[in-house]
Amino acid sequence: MIYFTALIAIIQREALRYIGQRERFIAALVRPLVWLLVFAAGFRAALGLSITPPYLTYITYEIYIIPGLCGMILLFNGMQSSLSLVYDREMGSMKVLLTAPLPRWWLLFCKLFAGAIISILQCYTFLLIAGIYGIRMPTIGYVTAFPALLVGGLMLGALGLALSSFVKQLENFAGVMNFVIFPMFFLSSALYPLWKMAEAGRLLHDICAVNPFTQAVELIRFALYAQFNLPALGWSLLATAAFLALAIWGYDPARGLIRKKG
Amino acid sequence: MSALRVSDLHYRYGSKVALDGVGFSIDEGRFCALLGPNGAGKSTLFSLLTGLLAAPEGGIAIAGHDMRTQPKAALARMGVVFQQTTLDLDLTVAQNLRYFAALHGLSGRKAANRIDEALDRLDMLERASEKVRALNGGHRRRTEIARALLHRPAVMLLDEPTVGLDAPARAAITNHVHDLCDDTHMTVLWATHLTDEVRLTDELVILHKGKVLASDTAHRIAGDRPLQAAFLEMVGETG
Repeated sequence: MIYFTALIAIIQREALRYIGQRERFIAALVRPLVWLLVFAAGFRAALGLSITPPYLTYITYEIYIIPGLCGMILLFNGMQSSLSLVYDREMGSMKVLLTAPLPRWWLLFCKLFAGAIISILQCYTFLLIAGIYGIRMPTIGYVTAFPALLVGGLMLGALGLALSSFVKQLENFAGVMNFVIFPMFFLSSALYPLWKMAEAGRLLHDICAVNPFTQAVELIRFALYAQFNLPALGWSLLATAAFLALAIWGYDPARGLIRKKG
Repeated sequence: MSALRVSDLHYRYGSKVALDGVGFSIDEGRFCALLGPNGAGKSTLFSLLTGLLAAPEGGIAIAGHDMRTQPKAALARMGVVFQQTTLDLDLTVAQNLRYFAALHGLSGRKAANRIDEALDRLDMLERASEKVRALNGGHRRRTEIARALLHRPAVMLLDEPTVGLDAPARAAITNHVHDLCDDTHMTVLWATHLTDEVRLTDELVILHKGKVLASDTAHRIAGDRPLQAAFLEMVGETG
Protein backbone atom coordinates (compact mmCIF):
# COMPACT_ATOMS: atom_id res chain seq x y z
CA MET A 1 0.00 0.00 0.00
CA ILE A 2 2.80 2.41 0.89
CA TYR A 3 4.26 1.68 -2.57
CA PHE A 4 1.08 2.86 -4.24
CA THR A 5 0.65 5.87 -1.93
CA ALA A 6 4.19 6.96 -2.79
CA LEU A 7 3.59 6.50 -6.53
CA ILE A 8 0.46 8.66 -6.48
CA ALA A 9 2.24 11.33 -4.41
CA ILE A 10 5.19 11.44 -6.79
CA ILE A 11 2.88 11.79 -9.81
CA GLN A 12 0.93 14.52 -8.02
CA ARG A 13 4.10 16.38 -7.19
CA GLU A 14 5.32 16.25 -10.79
CA ALA A 15 1.93 17.44 -11.99
CA LEU A 16 1.83 20.30 -9.49
CA ARG A 17 5.32 21.38 -10.45
CA TYR A 18 4.41 21.11 -14.09
CA ILE A 19 1.30 23.24 -13.75
CA GLY A 20 3.45 25.80 -11.96
CA GLN A 21 5.79 25.99 -14.97
CA ARG A 22 3.41 27.05 -17.70
CA GLU A 23 6.17 28.28 -19.99
CA ARG A 24 7.66 24.77 -19.96
CA PHE A 25 4.36 23.34 -21.12
CA ILE A 26 4.04 25.84 -23.91
CA ALA A 27 7.67 25.42 -25.00
CA ALA A 28 7.24 21.66 -25.11
CA LEU A 29 4.21 22.07 -27.31
CA VAL A 30 5.53 24.79 -29.58
CA ARG A 31 8.58 22.73 -30.59
CA PRO A 32 6.75 19.84 -32.31
CA LEU A 33 4.10 22.22 -33.66
CA VAL A 34 6.74 24.29 -35.42
CA TRP A 35 8.12 21.11 -36.95
CA LEU A 36 4.67 20.03 -38.02
CA LEU A 37 3.32 23.31 -39.31
CA VAL A 38 6.49 24.77 -40.81
CA PHE A 39 9.06 22.08 -41.48
CA ALA A 40 6.66 19.36 -42.61
CA ALA A 41 4.64 21.74 -44.76
CA GLY A 42 7.75 22.89 -46.55
CA PHE A 43 9.17 19.41 -46.85
CA ARG A 44 6.05 17.76 -48.17
CA ALA A 45 6.98 18.47 -51.81
CA ALA A 46 10.60 17.46 -51.44
CA LEU A 47 9.99 14.03 -49.99
CA GLY A 48 7.98 11.37 -51.77
CA LEU A 49 6.71 8.61 -49.55
CA SER A 50 5.80 5.17 -50.84
CA ILE A 51 3.27 2.94 -49.17
CA THR A 52 4.90 1.07 -46.31
CA PRO A 53 3.23 -0.46 -43.26
CA PRO A 54 1.34 0.63 -41.26
CA TYR A 55 0.10 2.98 -44.00
CA LEU A 56 -2.31 1.52 -46.54
CA THR A 57 -2.31 4.43 -48.91
CA TYR A 58 -0.15 7.34 -49.90
CA ILE A 59 0.19 9.72 -47.00
CA THR A 60 1.28 13.29 -46.67
CA TYR A 61 4.51 14.12 -44.92
CA GLU A 62 2.55 15.70 -42.07
CA ILE A 63 0.95 12.33 -41.37
CA TYR A 64 4.31 10.59 -41.52
CA ILE A 65 6.00 12.94 -39.09
CA ILE A 66 3.34 12.78 -36.33
CA PRO A 67 4.73 9.71 -34.48
CA GLY A 68 8.24 11.14 -34.69
CA LEU A 69 7.06 14.39 -33.16
CA CYS A 70 5.32 12.47 -30.36
CA GLY A 71 8.68 10.78 -29.87
CA MET A 72 10.30 14.21 -29.84
CA ILE A 73 8.03 15.29 -27.01
CA LEU A 74 8.92 12.14 -25.05
CA LEU A 75 12.61 12.62 -25.79
CA PHE A 76 12.78 16.26 -24.75
CA ASN A 77 10.64 15.60 -21.71
CA GLY A 78 12.66 12.59 -20.63
CA MET A 79 15.80 14.66 -20.81
CA GLN A 80 14.17 17.65 -19.19
CA SER A 81 12.91 15.66 -16.24
CA SER A 82 16.46 14.39 -15.84
CA LEU A 83 17.60 17.95 -15.92
CA SER A 84 15.18 18.56 -13.10
CA LEU A 85 16.71 15.55 -11.34
CA VAL A 86 20.15 17.04 -11.51
CA TYR A 87 18.62 20.29 -10.32
CA ASP A 88 16.64 18.47 -7.64
CA ARG A 89 19.74 16.71 -6.53
CA GLU A 90 21.50 19.99 -6.12
CA MET A 91 18.51 21.52 -4.42
CA GLY A 92 18.17 18.50 -2.21
CA SER A 93 14.66 17.28 -2.91
CA MET A 94 16.14 14.16 -4.47
CA LYS A 95 17.56 13.47 -1.02
CA VAL A 96 14.05 13.56 0.42
CA LEU A 97 12.92 11.05 -2.18
CA LEU A 98 15.86 8.72 -1.68
CA THR A 99 15.55 8.70 2.13
CA ALA A 100 11.97 7.47 1.96
CA PRO A 101 11.60 3.99 3.48
CA LEU A 102 11.08 2.27 0.14
CA PRO A 103 13.41 0.38 -2.17
CA ARG A 104 15.44 2.74 -4.28
CA TRP A 105 14.47 1.02 -7.54
CA TRP A 106 10.81 1.66 -6.75
CA LEU A 107 11.42 5.33 -5.97
CA LEU A 108 13.33 5.79 -9.20
CA PHE A 109 10.65 3.93 -11.14
CA CYS A 110 7.93 6.16 -9.61
CA LYS A 111 9.87 9.24 -10.64
CA LEU A 112 10.20 7.82 -14.12
CA PHE A 113 6.55 6.84 -14.37
CA ALA A 114 5.43 10.28 -13.20
CA GLY A 115 7.62 11.90 -15.86
CA ALA A 116 6.17 9.61 -18.54
CA ILE A 117 2.59 10.45 -17.58
CA ILE A 118 3.34 14.17 -17.90
CA SER A 119 4.94 13.55 -21.32
CA ILE A 120 1.91 11.58 -22.50
CA LEU A 121 -0.42 14.41 -21.49
CA GLN A 122 1.67 16.64 -23.71
CA CYS A 123 1.57 14.17 -26.58
CA TYR A 124 -2.21 14.08 -26.45
CA THR A 125 -2.39 17.86 -26.38
CA PHE A 126 -0.16 17.87 -29.45
CA LEU A 127 -2.31 15.23 -31.19
CA LEU A 128 -5.39 17.27 -30.39
CA ILE A 129 -3.94 20.41 -31.97
CA ALA A 130 -2.76 18.38 -34.98
CA GLY A 131 -6.30 16.97 -35.24
CA ILE A 132 -7.81 20.45 -35.21
CA TYR A 133 -5.35 21.36 -37.97
CA GLY A 134 -6.72 18.44 -39.96
CA ILE A 135 -4.08 15.80 -39.37
CA ARG A 136 -6.07 12.96 -37.88
CA MET A 137 -5.38 9.35 -36.99
CA PRO A 138 -7.96 6.56 -36.82
CA THR A 139 -9.99 7.13 -33.64
CA ILE A 140 -8.98 3.80 -32.12
CA GLY A 141 -5.36 4.80 -32.72
CA TYR A 142 -5.59 7.46 -30.06
CA VAL A 143 -6.40 4.72 -27.54
CA THR A 144 -3.93 2.11 -28.72
CA ALA A 145 -1.16 4.72 -28.82
CA PHE A 146 -1.30 5.10 -25.05
CA PRO A 147 0.70 1.97 -24.12
CA ALA A 148 3.21 2.72 -26.89
CA LEU A 149 3.66 6.28 -25.63
CA LEU A 150 4.07 4.90 -22.11
CA VAL A 151 6.80 2.49 -23.19
CA GLY A 152 8.53 5.24 -25.16
CA GLY A 153 8.21 7.67 -22.27
CA LEU A 154 9.62 5.17 -19.79
CA MET A 155 12.50 4.28 -22.09
CA LEU A 156 13.57 7.85 -22.73
CA GLY A 157 12.99 8.82 -19.10
CA ALA A 158 15.18 5.89 -18.02
CA LEU A 159 17.89 7.07 -20.39
CA GLY A 160 17.72 10.54 -18.88
CA LEU A 161 17.73 9.09 -15.38
CA ALA A 162 20.82 7.03 -16.17
CA LEU A 163 22.55 10.09 -17.62
CA SER A 164 21.60 12.24 -14.64
CA SER A 165 23.26 9.80 -12.27
CA PHE A 166 26.53 10.13 -14.12
CA VAL A 167 26.49 13.84 -14.79
CA LYS A 168 27.70 15.80 -11.82
CA GLN A 169 27.05 19.32 -12.95
CA LEU A 170 24.27 21.13 -14.67
CA GLU A 171 26.65 22.71 -17.20
CA ASN A 172 27.82 19.31 -18.35
CA PHE A 173 24.27 18.22 -18.73
CA ALA A 174 23.59 20.83 -21.39
CA GLY A 175 26.36 19.18 -23.41
CA VAL A 176 24.82 15.78 -22.92
CA MET A 177 21.53 17.16 -24.18
CA ASN A 178 23.20 18.18 -27.40
CA PHE A 179 25.10 14.96 -27.75
CA VAL A 180 22.11 12.78 -26.93
CA ILE A 181 18.97 14.52 -28.16
CA PHE A 182 20.11 15.63 -31.58
CA PRO A 183 21.85 12.42 -32.68
CA MET A 184 18.98 10.33 -31.34
CA PHE A 185 16.38 12.39 -33.12
CA PHE A 186 18.09 12.84 -36.47
CA LEU A 187 19.45 9.30 -36.65
CA SER A 188 15.99 7.84 -36.43
CA SER A 189 12.89 7.21 -38.47
CA ALA A 190 11.22 10.26 -36.95
CA LEU A 191 11.80 12.51 -39.97
CA TYR A 192 12.49 10.04 -42.80
CA PRO A 193 11.61 6.39 -43.25
CA LEU A 194 14.43 3.91 -42.86
CA TRP A 195 14.37 2.95 -46.55
CA LYS A 196 15.20 6.57 -47.40
CA MET A 197 18.17 6.27 -45.07
CA ALA A 198 19.24 3.10 -46.86
CA GLU A 199 19.39 5.08 -50.10
CA ALA A 200 21.80 7.47 -48.42
CA GLY A 201 24.02 4.69 -47.09
CA ARG A 202 23.89 1.25 -45.54
CA LEU A 203 25.79 2.28 -42.41
CA LEU A 204 23.51 5.22 -41.81
CA HIS A 205 20.51 2.93 -42.18
CA ASP A 206 21.96 0.43 -39.72
CA ILE A 207 22.74 3.09 -37.14
CA CYS A 208 19.19 4.39 -37.46
CA ALA A 209 17.76 0.88 -37.19
CA VAL A 210 19.50 0.09 -33.89
CA ASN A 211 18.75 3.49 -32.40
CA PRO A 212 16.23 2.77 -29.60
CA PHE A 213 14.49 6.03 -30.44
CA THR A 214 13.67 4.66 -33.91
CA GLN A 215 12.08 1.65 -32.27
CA ALA A 216 10.01 3.81 -29.94
CA VAL A 217 8.85 5.96 -32.87
CA GLU A 218 7.92 2.88 -34.92
CA LEU A 219 6.05 1.43 -31.95
CA ILE A 220 4.05 4.65 -31.71
CA ARG A 221 3.58 4.82 -35.50
CA PHE A 222 2.04 1.34 -35.65
CA ALA A 223 0.04 1.85 -32.44
CA LEU A 224 -1.53 5.00 -33.88
CA TYR A 225 -3.02 2.70 -36.54
CA ALA A 226 -4.01 0.11 -33.94
CA GLN A 227 -1.27 -2.20 -35.15
CA PHE A 228 1.22 -4.05 -33.07
CA ASN A 229 4.92 -3.95 -33.91
CA LEU A 230 6.55 -6.72 -31.92
CA PRO A 231 10.21 -6.08 -32.86
CA ALA A 232 9.82 -2.39 -31.98
CA LEU A 233 8.21 -3.30 -28.66
CA GLY A 234 10.92 -5.85 -27.91
CA TRP A 235 13.71 -3.42 -28.68
CA SER A 236 12.07 -0.62 -26.71
CA LEU A 237 11.52 -2.80 -23.66
CA LEU A 238 15.04 -4.13 -23.84
CA ALA A 239 16.44 -0.61 -24.04
CA THR A 240 14.18 0.48 -21.13
CA ALA A 241 15.46 -2.37 -18.99
CA ALA A 242 19.07 -1.59 -19.86
CA PHE A 243 18.74 2.15 -19.18
CA LEU A 244 16.85 1.51 -15.95
CA ALA A 245 19.46 -0.97 -14.74
CA LEU A 246 22.13 1.62 -15.51
CA ALA A 247 20.20 4.28 -13.60
CA ILE A 248 19.69 2.06 -10.54
CA TRP A 249 23.36 1.24 -10.60
CA GLY A 250 24.15 4.94 -11.01
CA TYR A 251 22.06 5.79 -7.97
CA ASP A 252 23.57 3.04 -5.82
CA PRO A 253 24.70 4.62 -2.52
CA ALA A 254 27.81 2.47 -2.47
CA ARG A 255 28.93 4.30 -5.60
CA GLY A 256 28.76 7.53 -3.64
CA LEU A 257 26.22 9.33 -5.77
CA ILE A 258 25.66 12.37 -3.64
CA ARG A 259 29.20 13.36 -2.99
CA LYS A 260 29.56 16.17 -0.57
CA LYS A 261 32.45 17.72 1.12
CA GLY A 262 32.73 16.67 4.77
CA MET B 1 19.03 1.47 25.08
CA SER B 2 20.81 3.49 22.45
CA ALA B 3 18.56 4.97 19.78
CA LEU B 4 21.43 5.69 17.45
CA ARG B 5 24.64 3.74 17.32
CA VAL B 6 27.56 4.38 15.03
CA SER B 7 30.51 2.05 15.16
CA ASP B 8 33.92 2.26 13.56
CA LEU B 9 32.74 4.13 10.48
CA HIS B 10 35.22 4.75 7.71
CA TYR B 11 34.70 6.71 4.52
CA ARG B 12 37.00 8.21 1.93
CA TYR B 13 36.61 10.26 -1.25
CA GLY B 14 39.31 8.84 -3.47
CA SER B 15 42.47 9.20 -1.42
CA LYS B 16 40.99 11.80 0.94
CA VAL B 17 39.88 10.30 4.23
CA ALA B 18 36.57 11.84 5.34
CA LEU B 19 35.75 9.61 8.31
CA ASP B 20 38.32 7.58 10.15
CA GLY B 21 36.87 5.10 12.62
CA VAL B 22 33.97 7.22 13.88
CA GLY B 23 31.95 5.65 16.67
CA PHE B 24 29.47 6.91 19.28
CA SER B 25 25.99 6.16 20.54
CA ILE B 26 23.08 8.24 21.79
CA ASP B 27 20.59 7.05 24.39
CA GLU B 28 16.88 7.25 23.75
CA GLY B 29 15.36 10.69 24.30
CA ARG B 30 18.68 12.54 24.44
CA PHE B 31 19.74 15.65 22.53
CA CYS B 32 23.20 15.11 21.14
CA ALA B 33 25.17 17.87 19.48
CA LEU B 34 27.69 16.85 16.85
CA LEU B 35 30.18 19.66 17.05
CA GLY B 36 32.93 20.11 14.54
CA PRO B 37 34.56 22.81 12.44
CA ASN B 38 33.83 23.00 8.71
CA GLY B 39 35.32 20.03 6.92
CA ALA B 40 35.23 17.81 10.02
CA GLY B 41 33.17 15.15 8.24
CA LYS B 42 29.74 16.05 9.62
CA SER B 43 27.94 16.12 6.26
CA THR B 44 29.59 12.88 5.16
CA LEU B 45 28.44 11.29 8.40
CA PHE B 46 24.90 12.53 7.71
CA SER B 47 24.97 11.11 4.20
CA LEU B 48 25.97 7.75 5.65
CA LEU B 49 23.37 7.93 8.44
CA THR B 50 20.62 8.64 5.90
CA GLY B 51 21.76 5.95 3.47
CA LEU B 52 22.63 8.39 0.68
CA LEU B 53 26.13 6.97 0.88
CA ALA B 54 27.11 3.50 1.97
CA ALA B 55 30.17 2.99 4.12
CA PRO B 56 32.55 0.22 3.14
CA GLU B 57 33.41 -0.34 6.82
CA GLY B 58 31.58 0.15 10.10
CA GLY B 59 27.97 -0.01 11.19
CA ILE B 60 24.98 2.26 11.80
CA ALA B 61 21.88 1.28 13.78
CA ILE B 62 18.79 3.49 14.03
CA ALA B 63 16.33 2.48 16.77
CA GLY B 64 17.84 -0.99 16.70
CA HIS B 65 17.66 -1.38 12.91
CA ASP B 66 20.89 -1.92 11.06
CA MET B 67 21.27 0.50 8.16
CA ARG B 68 22.93 -2.10 5.99
CA THR B 69 20.60 -5.05 6.51
CA GLN B 70 17.32 -3.25 7.32
CA PRO B 71 17.57 0.11 5.54
CA LYS B 72 13.80 0.54 5.10
CA ALA B 73 13.07 -0.05 8.79
CA ALA B 74 15.92 2.27 9.76
CA LEU B 75 14.76 5.05 7.40
CA ALA B 76 11.16 4.68 8.58
CA ARG B 77 12.26 5.48 12.15
CA MET B 78 14.35 8.48 11.13
CA GLY B 79 13.50 12.13 10.53
CA VAL B 80 16.01 14.23 8.63
CA VAL B 81 16.61 17.93 8.14
CA PHE B 82 19.34 18.46 5.59
CA GLN B 83 21.69 21.41 5.58
CA GLN B 84 20.42 22.80 2.28
CA THR B 85 16.73 23.30 1.91
CA THR B 86 14.93 20.34 0.40
CA LEU B 87 11.49 21.91 -0.01
CA ASP B 88 9.74 22.52 -3.32
CA LEU B 89 9.69 26.29 -3.44
CA ASP B 90 6.72 26.52 -5.80
CA LEU B 91 4.54 24.24 -3.71
CA THR B 92 2.72 25.32 -0.57
CA VAL B 93 3.81 24.30 2.92
CA ALA B 94 0.91 21.82 3.12
CA GLN B 95 1.64 20.36 -0.33
CA ASN B 96 5.26 19.80 0.63
CA LEU B 97 4.21 18.05 3.81
CA ARG B 98 1.55 15.95 2.09
CA TYR B 99 4.12 14.73 -0.44
CA PHE B 100 6.50 13.70 2.31
CA ALA B 101 3.75 12.06 4.36
CA ALA B 102 2.81 9.92 1.36
CA LEU B 103 6.42 8.84 0.88
CA HIS B 104 6.12 7.45 4.41
CA GLY B 105 2.81 5.76 3.69
CA LEU B 106 0.55 8.38 5.30
CA SER B 107 -2.43 9.65 3.35
CA GLY B 108 -5.96 11.01 3.73
CA ARG B 109 -7.31 12.06 7.10
CA LYS B 110 -4.40 10.59 9.00
CA ALA B 111 -1.86 12.59 6.99
CA ALA B 112 -3.96 15.77 7.33
CA ASN B 113 -4.13 15.37 11.12
CA ARG B 114 -0.42 14.74 11.42
CA ILE B 115 0.34 17.76 9.21
CA ASP B 116 -1.84 20.05 11.34
CA GLU B 117 -0.30 18.69 14.51
CA ALA B 118 3.29 19.10 13.30
CA LEU B 119 2.73 22.59 11.89
CA ASP B 120 0.97 23.64 15.07
CA ARG B 121 3.89 22.40 17.12
CA LEU B 122 6.25 24.59 15.12
CA ASP B 123 3.84 27.58 15.12
CA MET B 124 3.44 27.28 11.37
CA LEU B 125 -0.20 26.25 11.06
CA GLU B 126 -1.42 29.61 9.78
CA ARG B 127 1.15 29.45 6.95
CA ALA B 128 0.05 26.04 5.66
CA SER B 129 -1.34 27.40 2.41
CA GLU B 130 1.55 29.77 1.68
CA LYS B 131 4.06 28.94 -1.03
CA VAL B 132 7.46 28.04 0.40
CA ARG B 133 9.07 30.65 -1.85
CA ALA B 134 7.26 33.33 0.14
CA LEU B 135 8.63 32.15 3.51
CA ASN B 136 11.73 33.51 5.22
CA GLY B 137 14.67 31.27 6.12
CA GLY B 138 13.49 30.62 9.67
CA HIS B 139 10.02 29.61 8.58
CA ARG B 140 11.40 27.35 5.86
CA ARG B 141 13.46 25.58 8.50
CA ARG B 142 10.45 25.18 10.75
CA THR B 143 8.55 23.72 7.82
CA GLU B 144 11.33 21.19 7.29
CA ILE B 145 11.37 20.25 10.96
CA ALA B 146 7.58 19.88 10.97
CA ARG B 147 7.87 17.71 7.88
CA ALA B 148 10.47 15.49 9.54
CA LEU B 149 8.06 14.92 12.46
CA LEU B 150 5.13 13.65 10.38
CA HIS B 151 5.95 9.95 10.61
CA ARG B 152 6.82 10.27 14.33
CA PRO B 153 10.42 9.22 14.03
CA ALA B 154 12.40 7.82 16.95
CA VAL B 155 15.52 9.65 15.85
CA MET B 156 15.78 13.11 14.34
CA LEU B 157 18.90 14.10 12.42
CA LEU B 158 19.56 17.77 11.73
CA ASP B 159 22.57 18.83 9.68
CA GLU B 160 23.51 22.39 10.62
CA PRO B 161 19.86 23.47 10.54
CA THR B 162 20.60 27.06 11.60
CA VAL B 163 22.94 27.89 8.71
CA GLY B 164 22.03 31.21 7.15
CA LEU B 165 19.54 32.22 9.87
CA ASP B 166 19.70 35.40 11.92
CA ALA B 167 20.30 35.21 15.68
CA PRO B 168 16.66 35.24 16.86
CA ALA B 169 15.60 32.61 14.30
CA ARG B 170 18.62 30.52 15.24
CA ALA B 171 17.75 30.66 18.94
CA ALA B 172 14.09 29.89 18.23
CA ILE B 173 14.90 26.80 16.15
CA THR B 174 17.43 25.55 18.70
CA ASN B 175 14.89 25.95 21.50
CA HIS B 176 12.12 24.31 19.48
CA VAL B 177 14.17 21.18 18.91
CA HIS B 178 15.37 21.03 22.52
CA ASP B 179 11.73 21.26 23.62
CA LEU B 180 10.76 18.53 21.18
CA CYS B 181 13.37 16.28 22.65
CA ASP B 182 12.16 16.97 26.22
CA ASP B 183 8.45 16.64 25.41
CA THR B 184 8.40 13.65 23.09
CA HIS B 185 11.50 11.70 24.16
CA MET B 186 12.71 11.79 20.63
CA THR B 187 16.43 11.31 20.15
CA VAL B 188 18.14 14.17 18.36
CA LEU B 189 21.46 14.42 16.58
CA TRP B 190 22.17 18.07 15.85
CA ALA B 191 25.24 18.90 13.77
CA THR B 192 26.70 22.34 14.26
CA HIS B 193 29.93 24.28 14.37
CA LEU B 194 28.55 26.78 16.87
CA THR B 195 29.01 26.07 20.58
CA ASP B 196 26.25 28.46 21.64
CA GLU B 197 23.69 26.00 20.23
CA VAL B 198 24.81 23.37 22.73
CA ARG B 199 23.41 23.25 26.27
CA LEU B 200 25.61 21.91 29.03
CA THR B 201 23.12 19.14 29.74
CA ASP B 202 23.26 17.91 26.13
CA GLU B 203 25.27 14.96 24.95
CA LEU B 204 28.19 16.11 22.84
CA VAL B 205 30.33 14.46 20.19
CA ILE B 206 33.27 16.49 18.95
CA LEU B 207 34.31 15.57 15.42
CA HIS B 208 37.47 16.87 13.83
CA LYS B 209 39.24 15.75 10.67
CA GLY B 210 37.10 12.65 10.47
CA LYS B 211 37.78 11.50 14.05
CA VAL B 212 35.81 11.67 17.28
CA LEU B 213 37.85 13.69 19.75
CA ALA B 214 35.38 13.47 22.63
CA SER B 215 31.99 11.94 23.37
CA ASP B 216 30.28 12.72 26.68
CA THR B 217 27.87 15.23 28.19
CA ALA B 218 28.74 18.80 27.28
CA HIS B 219 29.42 19.88 30.86
CA ARG B 220 31.87 17.03 31.41
CA ILE B 221 33.71 17.86 28.19
CA ALA B 222 33.75 21.57 29.05
CA GLY B 223 34.93 20.96 32.63
CA ASP B 224 35.37 24.26 34.38
CA ARG B 225 35.97 26.22 31.18
CA PRO B 226 33.41 27.69 28.83
CA LEU B 227 32.49 25.11 26.17
CA GLN B 228 33.81 27.36 23.42
CA ALA B 229 37.27 27.44 25.02
CA ALA B 230 37.34 23.68 25.52
CA PHE B 231 36.26 23.12 21.91
CA LEU B 232 38.85 25.46 20.44
CA GLU B 233 41.55 23.95 22.61
CA MET B 234 40.72 20.44 21.41
CA VAL B 235 40.46 21.37 17.77
CA GLY B 236 43.56 23.55 18.01
CA GLU B 237 45.64 20.82 19.67
CA THR B 238 45.15 18.47 16.80
CA GLY B 239 45.07 21.13 14.09
